Amino acid sequence: MTAAASGSAGRRIGAIILRHAYVMRRSWPRLLELAYWPLMQMLMWGFITTFFLQHSSWVAQAASVLISAVLLWDVMFRSNLGFAIPFVEEMYARNLGQLFVSPLRPHEFVVALMTMSLLRTVIGVLPAALLAFPFYGVSVFELGPPLIAFFVNLLVMGWWLGLIASGIVLRNGLGAESLIWLGVFLLAPVSGIYYPITTLPHWLQPVALALPSAHVFEGMRAVLFESRFDVSHFAWAVGLNIVYLGAATGFFLFMFHLARRQGLLLQQGE
Amino acid sequence: MTVSMCAASSLPALAIEGLTKRFGAVTAIDSLTFSVARGSTTALLGGNGAGKTTTLSIILGLLLPTVGTVTVLGEDMARHRFRVLGRMNFSSPYIDLPKRLSAKENLTVYGHLYGIEHVRDRVAELARDLDMGAFLHRPLGSLSSGQATRVALAKALLNEPELLLLDEPTASLDPDTGDWVRSYLESYRHRVGTTILLASHNMGEVERLCDRVLMMRAGTIVDDGAPAELLRRYGRQNMEEVFLDVARQRRDGTLPGAAE
Repeated sequence: MTAAASGSAGRRIGAIILRHAYVMRRSWPRLLELAYWPLMQMLMWGFITTFFLQHSSWVAQAASVLISAVLLWDVMFRSNLGFAIPFVEEMYARNLGQLFVSPLRPHEFVVALMTMSLLRTVIGVLPAALLAFPFYGVSVFELGPPLIAFFVNLLVMGWWLGLIASGIVLRNGLGAESLIWLGVFLLAPVSGIYYPITTLPHWLQPVALALPSAHVFEGMRAVLFESRFDVSHFAWAVGLNIVYLGAATGFFLFMFHLARRQGLLLQQGE
Repeated sequence: MTVSMCAASSLPALAIEGLTKRFGAVTAIDSLTFSVARGSTTALLGGNGAGKTTTLSIILGLLLPTVGTVTVLGEDMARHRFRVLGRMNFSSPYIDLPKRLSAKENLTVYGHLYGIEHVRDRVAELARDLDMGAFLHRPLGSLSSGQATRVALAKALLNEPELLLLDEPTASLDPDTGDWVRSYLESYRHRVGTTILLASHNMGEVERLCDRVLMMRAGTIVDDGAPAELLRRYGRQNMEEVFLDVARQRRDGTLPGAAE
């Protein structure tokens, strides 16, 4: 036999990453597209910020607040897409059946998608983050070590949103694909990306504070306006992410179980 | 449980007991019970909707049965499928490989998924055996049906499976390519000793490749035997006539619609 009795989980996870890396390598428009939207967002909000800087003393306190918010928001957005798009690609390719008759475990598949999400997020957001300095003299890296905390929390939030969306698409078919985008945009207004949570109506504030993203953006403003790292917001973001990631993983695995019960792994495709 | 090699090899490659699958009010397969001996080639033969693909899907773990057990290579698939998935493999024209990836990239990815020790060498070996050199680097989506079938077959043979499941392995192939695939499967089985279970409604294929045929209709096994035995039992010249008898519910001259 040329096959090991049971190959390692690392190899199987690597195989899924390799499968998507092949697709990306083959198509330069895909790579370009990853970086295109974050760059456009950064440019648009950068010029708006430049305008505000000349007309608002509030924004002048922290020149980089909007650009940082834009870039961090894109971390979550790209993380979500980076997870869900490779999943949907497997469905379009009608490849799920082949994958799951191999020794690939569902949780290994999830880890591979998370890794793809990290790679796609870095490829997407890094060029915009680097170009913000020559364009506007703003460096998101000036956030310092808290930037890592913000990045990781938003990345993880993108993952659990991607898990929920992928689970729904698996159960309901590719007709539900738009939920991938819908979910993130639904949460944007209550995440306090560009304004403090206190701006929201009172009744909506608890909803916002139940989201890790709201704590991240509050934390970001604390760093930029008050030059302090708010441990409380960080702890809330981490705690909420752990709970939601666990729940979303359970949800996805349950949807996977339903898909096996109903034969959906065989029937998916265009 | 510890099983000696001798005892293990005497176990059937596949044992199915009381397997039933219902989709709501529809019963796709009903109380199937059969086993497949190691090293044999067995066909599930039946018309569209007979339950062949459903049976294969349950054996592979892609579909959960409503009732019943599947034991593959001595392991209960409901509890220990990951112990055996690396020792079996599958090919079907209805479940694709990624079309944007080349044949070689697809085989490399699946080589890693199956834990193949020397993936590059194994892919090169299969490319040579299955005569894929001319299109190994082309995206799968640009290949002809015959070429894509060879790639799918190569993927199914990557891990030299002890149990190979094939769902209509020559569907949509021209007679020449179909014959080539059947010849390859015959020689591969003799060389490696793989157990093969194939679902088909190609009578020539079944007659040529299989030691045993399980005739299916409406989710149940209605007959079971070696091709020659079935020909004798039905008093027919070829498996196509036997197939028609089964599909139209005839046996030993019984008219269509008559109870068996």
